[in-house]
Amino acid sequence: MNDNIKPNSVGIVEPKIIEIKETLKLDCGKTLESFELIYETYGTLNSDKSNAILICHALSGDHHAAGYHNEDDKKPGWWDSCIGPGKPFDTNKFFVVSLNNLGGCRGSSGPNSINKKTGKEFGPDFPIVTVKDWVNSQKLLGDCLGINCWACVVGGSLGGMQALQWAISYPENLKNSIVVAAAAKLSAQNIAFNEVARQAIITDPDFHDGRYNDYGVIPKRGLSIARMLGHITYLSDDSMRQKFGRDLREGKLHFGYDVDFQVESYLRYQAQAFVERFDANTYLLMTKALDYFDPAEEFNGDLSLAFEKTNSRFLVVSFTSDWRFSSSKSHEIVKSLVKARKNVSYAEIEANQGHDAFLMPIPDYLKVLSNFIKNVI
Amino acid sequence: MERKDFKFISEWIEKDSTVLDLGCGDSTLLDFLRINKNVSGYGFEKDIDKVQQSINKNISVIQADFNSGLDQYFDQNFFDYAVMTQALQENKNPDKIILEMLRVAKEGIVTFPNMGHWKNRLQLGLLGKMPISNSLPNNWFDTPNIHLCTFKDFERLCGDLSITILDKKVLNSSYNSNKLLSFLPNFFGEIALYRFKKS
Repeated sequence: MNDNIKPNSVGIVEPKIIEIKETLKLDCGKTLESFELIYETYGTLNSDKSNAILICHALSGDHHAAGYHNEDDKKPGWWDSCIGPGKPFDTNKFFVVSLNNLGGCRGSSGPNSINKKTGKEFGPDFPIVTVKDWVNSQKLLGDCLGINCWACVVGGSLGGMQALQWAISYPENLKNSIVVAAAAKLSAQNIAFNEVARQAIITDPDFHDGRYNDYGVIPKRGLSIARMLGHITYLSDDSMRQKFGRDLREGKLHFGYDVDFQVESYLRYQAQAFVERFDANTYLLMTKALDYFDPAEEFNGDLSLAFEKTNSRFLVVSFTSDWRFSSSKSHEIVKSLVKARKNVSYAEIEANQGHDAFLMPIPDYLKVLSNFIKNVI
Repeated sequence: MERKDFKFISEWIEKDSTVLDLGCGDSTLLDFLRINKNVSGYGFEKDIDKVQQSINKNISVIQADFNSGLDQYFDQNFFDYAVMTQALQENKNPDKIILEMLRVAKEGIVTFPNMGHWKNRLQLGLLGKMPISNSLPNNWFDTPNIHLCTFKDFERLCGDLSITILDKKVLNSSYNSNKLLSFLPNFFGEIALYRFKKS
């Protein structure tokens, strides 16, 4: 038995794959005749199907949000701190569903899937999907699982954008929306970071216009640089100083271009681990979904009008040291919800972990989720 | 626990109205008004522990310091009432916040401790020390109360700002009213409740 598996863990979980045989019309104008989604569930759906929580993942997340896949698994799912018996998303009470989004690389239909029309891998031809498309696909997943109305849709970062879009797209099909460390749209600076990441990937000689699998290579260098850049923006200056300072890996300078400082070693390690588990085309697609998200656009740029028809309660959470999606972005969401006279609470959690704080077990953060979720059903 | 001043405030508030509570604390008042008057609205609170308690009560609360302005949140007359209980004296600019309350709401309601209470006068005037009492429990060096005033001061400020006082209630520190208080309110009153609007 794995000693890591604590009593408040959901334990060993098994992902399921569902084929959704519905035509999905995408924002880009293309359609998917059918598609597959991989998902995990934790807890039990009650008889009136009123206790379902949908977890939406961020840029590099996936369906494995909690528990372990096998006895030897060293690390639990990415949001294990929040999902499990007695945790904020209490699996004794709720039925929690977590999926890998369309266009992902962890088992849902995406660039690595086979295009039934051609019999070949989609690769770069997989259509660019948007947050709205994801929400539409998640709605169909809910329908398949017999869930007409989610008790709560929740997500951090890009996941928070989905939770917002849910409230706008399907006001009758969710009761609560939790939006953590998110934004109603990206700033020029955010888009600029994404563009540098994309350029790193696209200009890698191993990218081959996205057909790298045909050549038996992956654009490792580009994907590594994209991840390193992303990672820096997820941390705060403060947390990097605390974690690494100017510590040297081997206690001395080498007067060369290999690793001198601990922070360099850390970034390279993170990048290496990422390259092994993530697909470059998916990374490109996810960053575009981020860039394109702007629910106010259809409402002449007035976000409060976009919220006008929403019916859910909202909880918006930000973190003091997050500069990727700073508190001012959350303020913008809150202000628009208030203007539309919606039921919204907002907490700005004191945390020095930067954007990554939304994944961390910060006591005030977990408590605010618990307090809100308590009144969900 | 229900505070008696909340009961008095509730009497001033119309059913089904909208209320903004500035410095809402754990939202006991908003909860009380929701149950008794079916009000809707928001609380503003900067302390995370109190925000937690408010969310726990299923009240819409926004963690923010309202000293930095409400104009970014609310248009003119967005609420029927803007309420601030026992927080006026903690503001950097009480005059500005009163005007801001009357911009976002049709009426304002405030409660605050009376610096002019006889015990305070006694401590300062005869003993020569900063007053400490039930309604002003802190030492001068660790008090959040940076802009204390008397009932008379407040009423003068309202006059200067062209604000009409619609209602006034003077209480002792146990939130009770008696004849003595109505005879010499600025001398015997410890806490006052005011309801006011733009003239």
